[in-house]
Parts: sequence; structure tokens; C-alpha cells
Amino acid sequence: MKVNEIVRVLDGRLLCGSERSDYTIDVAFASDLMSDVLTLVNDNVLLITGLANLQTIRTAEMSDINCIVFARNKKVSQEMVSLAEESGISLIECRYSVFRTCGLLYQAGVKPVF
Amino acid sequence: MDGALHYEYNVEGGDFSRAGYASSQIKKVLKGMNIDPGVIKRAVVACYEAEVNVVAHAYSGAVYFDVESNLIRIVFKDEGPGIEDIELAMTEGFSTASTAVREMGFGAGMGLSNMKRNADRLNIKSEVERGTTVEIIINI
Repeated sequence: MKVNEIVRVLDGRLLCGSERSDYTIDVAFASDLMSDVLTLVNDNVLLITGLANLQTIRTAEMSDINCIVFARNKKVSQEMVSLAEESGISLIECRYSVFRTCGLLYQAGVKPVF
Repeated sequence: MDGALHYEYNVEGGDFSRAGYASSQIKKVLKGMNIDPGVIKRAVVACYEAEVNVVAHAYSGAVYFDVESNLIRIVFKDEGPGIEDIELAMTEGFSTASTAVREMGFGAGMGLSNMKRNADRLNIKSEVERGTTVEIIINI
């Protein structure tokens, strides 16, 4: 699923990375625990989280994750946007709960990591 | 592979705004070399876990990063409380992390085991109330 389709399905807001909105996601993983995200070995993972801080962006950078959905209406800071832009990571804000976000994406065909 | 490379970065204890900066620089260097992306990912994930540990637990530290002909060596040396029982600290789920660390999405007691999983060799030396040295070796 492409990033711009994810934004549409979640009625979300793309904060950065619009130039890469045709980037394709294979699978998604939802977690607020960054240590769990760092154990993933898959490529092209979408991260769904309610944890909005700089370490969320750093974790994505280290894990080669190119797109993050911030669920539960969490707000992304300008500092996070700047760091994400440096690493080419797309950030999406979404007002739905993590459960609803996952449900909508699963229904739309995004696969789980395991 | 080009000739051997050496870089050093400081890592400040408690400064979460900069946690990951050194790992990010190391990733940029590795990406500029002819190294398999899977190997780079293992190196930077282990490196980042170690860097977060220094920020979370130590007062100050530094990372020494070397790329040799057949391996990547990343050594974190910190001044801090040290690790009393390394075997216990390696146990998944064991953590002495503060609430601030947990709020950052860490502190679940997975860092050392995740480092071990990603590294080809992991050496930890620690002296209580002095500091800890963590050496991560990744074969290229």
C-alpha cells in the first residue's frame, strides 16, 4: 500500500515526505515500545505508534522504517519533523486509536509482520 | 573495501534529545561504503541500543567506531554506575531504567539481548561505580 493511500484510509495528515508518497509499504507493526521495534528484521515496515518523541524517529531511522503513523491523536513536534526529513521518513498524524488504525489498514490489505 | 576508518563521538548521559546522534552518524558512514544493508542494519541497531543505554544509565561516555577490512568494531566506554551483575542484566526483561527512559520507549530489559542478537561478538566489561565498556563486533 502506498503512503498516500494510508493517509486516505486513516483520514490522516501527512506532515512530511509528500515527495515520497508513492513509496510502498508491505507490512505493519504497532508498538509503543521501541525496543520491540528494534527487533524487527523485515523491510518496508510501517510503524503504528502512540509514542511521539525524538526516539521514535531515531528508532525508525535505525530500523530502516520509512513511514510512521502516530495514532491516538498524538502530535508530532517540529523537531521530530526535521529529524524525519533528514532521514527521508514520512510522518502521518491520525486521530484514531491504535486498534482502529490497525483494523482499517488490515482491512485495506496491509499484512502483519508476524 | 577502502582503507581502515576511525571515528569517535561523545555521548552525554541523560541527554535524550541527542540519543541516537552517534548511531545516526555511524549509519551514514556505513551507507557510504560497499557493505550489505542487512549487515549495516544489525550494526546500527546494536549501536543504537548501546547508545541509549549510555544515555539512560551513565554520566558521560564516548563511542569509538572502526571499520577494518573484514569487520565493524563499535566500542562504547562510559563513566557511570556500572553493571553489578552482567549475567542478570543480560536476562530479557531485567531492567533498572528510570521512568524517563521508559517514557522514551525503552527500559523493558531488551537492550543487551537485542545487542547480542545483532552482533557477531559482544564483549561487556564493567566496574561498579566506575563505568562500563561494551564492544560490538560485526563481521563484514
